[in-house]
Amino acid sequence: MIRFVLPLILTLVTAVPLRAEVEIQEVKTPGGLTAWLVEEHSIPFTALEIWFKGGTSLDREGKRGAINLMTATLEEGAGEMDALAFTRAKEMLAADFDYDVSDDTLTVSARFLTENRDKAVALLRESLIDPRFDQDAIDRVRGQVVSIIRSDEKDPNDMAGREFETQAFGDHPYGSDGNGTLDSVAGLTRDDILNAHADTMTRDRIYIGAVGDITPEDLATLLDDLLGDLPETGAPMPDDIAPALTGGVTVVDYDTPQSVALFGHTGIKRTSEDFFAAYLLNTILGGGGFESRLMTEVREKRGLTYGVYSFLVDKDHADLWMGQVQSANDRVAEAIDVIRTQWSDIAENGVTEEELTAAKKYLTGAYPLRFDGNGPIANIITGMQIQDMPIDYAETRNDRVNAVTLEQVNDVAKRYLKPDDLRFVVVGKPEGLTSTN
Amino acid sequence: MPLSPLARLARWTAALTFLSATLATASDDLVTDFTLDNGMQVVVIEDHRAPVVVHMVWYKAGSADETPGVSGVAHFLEHLLFKATDTLDSGELSKTVAENGGTDNAFTSFDYTAYFQRVAADRLGLMMSMESDRMRNLRLTEDDILTERQVIIEERNQRTENSPQALFNEQANAAQYLNHRYGVPIIGWRHEMEELSLQDALAYYEQFYAPNNAILVVAGDVTPDEVRTLAKQYYEPIPPNPDLQPRDRPAEPRQTAERRLSYEDPRVAQPYVTRSYLAPERDTGDQKTAAALVMLSEVLGGGQTGYLNEQLVFDQKKALYTSAYYRGQSLDDTTFGLYIVPAEGVSLDEAEAALDDVLAQFLKDGVDAAKLDRIKMQIRAGQVYERDNVQSLARRYGSGLTQGLTIKDIQEWPDLLQAVTEDDILVAARDLFDRNRAVTGHLTGPARPTDASAPADADAAPQPAAEEVSQ
Repeated sequence: MIRFVLPLILTLVTAVPLRAEVEIQEVKTPGGLTAWLVEEHSIPFTALEIWFKGGTSLDREGKRGAINLMTATLEEGAGEMDALAFTRAKEMLAADFDYDVSDDTLTVSARFLTENRDKAVALLRESLIDPRFDQDAIDRVRGQVVSIIRSDEKDPNDMAGREFETQAFGDHPYGSDGNGTLDSVAGLTRDDILNAHADTMTRDRIYIGAVGDITPEDLATLLDDLLGDLPETGAPMPDDIAPALTGGVTVVDYDTPQSVALFGHTGIKRTSEDFFAAYLLNTILGGGGFESRLMTEVREKRGLTYGVYSFLVDKDHADLWMGQVQSANDRVAEAIDVIRTQWSDIAENGVTEEELTAAKKYLTGAYPLRFDGNGPIANIITGMQIQDMPIDYAETRNDRVNAVTLEQVNDVAKRYLKPDDLRFVVVGKPEGLTSTN
Repeated sequence: MPLSPLARLARWTAALTFLSATLATASDDLVTDFTLDNGMQVVVIEDHRAPVVVHMVWYKAGSADETPGVSGVAHFLEHLLFKATDTLDSGELSKTVAENGGTDNAFTSFDYTAYFQRVAADRLGLMMSMESDRMRNLRLTEDDILTERQVIIEERNQRTENSPQALFNEQANAAQYLNHRYGVPIIGWRHEMEELSLQDALAYYEQFYAPNNAILVVAGDVTPDEVRTLAKQYYEPIPPNPDLQPRDRPAEPRQTAERRLSYEDPRVAQPYVTRSYLAPERDTGDQKTAAALVMLSEVLGGGQTGYLNEQLVFDQKKALYTSAYYRGQSLDDTTFGLYIVPAEGVSLDEAEAALDDVLAQFLKDGVDAAKLDRIKMQIRAGQVYERDNVQSLARRYGSGLTQGLTIKDIQEWPDLLQAVTEDDILVAARDLFDRNRAVTGHLTGPARPTDASAPADADAAPQPAAEEVSQ
């Protein structure tokens, strides 16, 4: 359908994609810490990310949930201040501190005004170095965690996630919920919380990114004040694990009108030379956009779902190629059928040059758009460090995407997409689906 | 939890940021506005730090503008706007945006429907060419209707039918409004969604999709002159709809009877109590009461140190979680709401009674001056932090202008918040807390030997009903 819009489209899509225009500096502190910094003095605040590699996977034997509970209690009092006093002090400075933890990483995200920087950093320091972990604070947060665990037990999305994790990873920490179980959380003592703190928040696993109104000299001083007194080392990292998934269907019976399905098989390491080809392939298969094969076939053509996605799960110690779909109980079997067919079709027949070109244009064009705002950029540059990427990665990343050939993508499709190995975990009352081994 | 971010992919649209969205506003010097000859208002927000723009078109038409009987048609049409036009194939707009490295989507609320793309700044003309095209030139087929209607029903399944909390919110909201369309869910009642037709969609489209009923917001690395030139080229040639009617929607009568409801669902693990009150909204030139209500919601429910939390969670230990919200930005009468999630061993009746006791105590004690100072400090800081996120600024203007405010109202708002006194808050609270205008809800699961405890994260915590739904 060539109409007036088309010539304009052609001119514009052939334009050279933008480069990510951020200048990242490496800052080495006198105290021996390394950080990446992007100076941005036009708005008087700084976004600071401090990440510790390890996460809830470092929970000690029998203490599942300790690291999660510890992380959630960091802001519940420090130094001379109890929980309310600490929060009031933070509010007075209009600083934001967020403490979060996932399987592989414990993250501290802060933002503070330039005018309050010294006070905000001093306050943040108390919570990292000298958290009180008062018994009443631990118990209060424990009550909240218990409620979350109970709610997750009845949430079809969480139910699917748990079943999938258990099948894939068994006794490895990845195989269970980082929140812990009702029993394990009930048994956690203050000593367990202190151990969780000592195991995770140490200098040998720290990654730092800062963006905003701060100079390298000021950042170096700030970081040595903030983190200099953390212990040197903590718990050893967990082992790598190969997912133990087999092809088939697992139905988790649950009375809800729409089934939730998670599916997947073994994935690909970020460090593999095939990674960029796989990343492009996933974009074509089921990456975010409305144009992916899965969205086109399952949603646009058949109206079977509101959303269907595939994604590469690149964890520190395991890799999966996964997807998700939600569809009414009487239609989910058809949705799964279409997904299997697409998975097979791409594995056998590959993708087209046209699809690859479109995916490259999307990925290379979208990349610089991620660098919008101090907070997002701080996240990106900290993530780059924890993934061991070079400091000039942002400048070369689009070239790596563009260098991938159709042959490489279709070779990766053949070697990695295994329709027969896909395990579908379906939570709901799906019609026409039964569990297989 | 190991895979949870992924397992929750599809839930991201439910994330809500009412309180933070109520607080900050842009500094005026970044914002320029003008009106095209066909009546289309244009707002430009400059941010030259990165070569990116957000291009948005906001229609002054949402679900509350629908004709009775076709609930959900505003949102259904929003989905259908991604189908073919005279010049674009079905799906071609999104495909073109993606091939240009951009992202696009749309969302529908009670008061507006909006479409946006985020792209490299030099692609702005292309976005305008496509967005202006679908304002008038949509070409829908019966086939589009059949397939896309299944998609919105699956969307309803995902957002509402699979979530007892959402089903509960829907019923409570319907009880809050006796006459206004705010009582009907944005996504629609299921039985009406199943009957939505091509004619229903086209009738809504022809009535509301016109430049004199739309606002263009462009934010990012552009100048007002560049936007003016492009807007004149792409949007100004579209003729206005001369038959556009004023938005006089059925108003609420005087509410004179308390409403109470209870909803039990076996999928509920965490019972809780909700209370909502009919409340005045921000009106143009008249935002002082709304400003006081924003401060009231922060004083009562703002974070750990909100009055409800200090009293009920820390002091009395009767709750594991409390919160307060106020949706100040709304074309018509809005709501102010409270939540309490009881602690282990505390029944919903006890929790509700404790909540009411604390509200009564608050009216006696008055406002903690130090807390009010801290809130104001955070609002000032919010104005700095918000300059880091030009897309949220764009949304502030687009939603404000489609919800009855002017640019002047939006820009005066931070000063009005700073001017709120302790007395203003108490006066607003006394007017607000009238049970005859309130809905109290109890959400419960199946009876259990012991009663439960509460969520700390936004994912598990009770939430106000979704204010918008997306494409």
